[in-house]
Amino acid sequence: MVNDVIVSILLIGGALMSLAAGIGLARFPDLLSRMHAATKPQVLGLLLFLLALAVEFESWVLVPVLVLCWIFQLLTSPVSAHMVGRAGYRTRHLRRDLLTLDELDDVVARAAEGEPAGPGRAGETRPEAGDTPA
Amino acid sequence: MTVAVYVAGGILTIAVLLALYRAVRGPSILDRVLALDVVLAVVGAGLVLNMVMGRHLDNLVLLVTISLIGFIGSVTVARFVTDRK
Repeated sequence: MVNDVIVSILLIGGALMSLAAGIGLARFPDLLSRMHAATKPQVLGLLLFLLALAVEFESWVLVPVLVLCWIFQLLTSPVSAHMVGRAGYRTRHLRRDLLTLDELDDVVARAAEGEPAGPGRAGETRPEAGDTPA
Repeated sequence: MTVAVYVAGGILTIAVLLALYRAVRGPSILDRVLALDVVLAVVGAGLVLNMVMGRHLDNLVLLVTISLIGFIGSVTVARFVTDRK
């Protein structure tokens, strides 16, 4: 009986995490804020669901599989969120007026300052490098 | 227990509808990838609900696989998004 109550609470809690992600996806204004909402069901929600499974079946054989599943998700979801955020920053799918601080802006500006010399000079030095051996 | 499973299923249905709304509306492909990632997570949650309801463990391998597939999908799309001005 106690197990049933625990499983019920865990299942509904996990479902609420998914609901929070859904609401966040529908209501948040831009990609970066949606990204934070979207990782919710994948980490905390999945943890709650897997705990519900473990409590329901009460077998130690199950635990390594559940831990494996959660560790996979825990490792992969920040990486995919990082990739999506990086691509979003590059393709300007973000609203700059919503950012309080853009730490990347400085780096990008400096890179852009140094950049025109980079490829241009590489284009010029290439023939020279070809000339000197000859 | 049955009631809890049904309630959780209802909440998941609302969540997946909201995520699908974002996947349809989403201004960019990255929004759609995020939304479909959430849909995949909800599918995994549904598999767990199914296992709890039927007291079987048939979907466990599928659950592990789904967590990997979502990762591969979003990383692949994010890798090949280019800046179309």
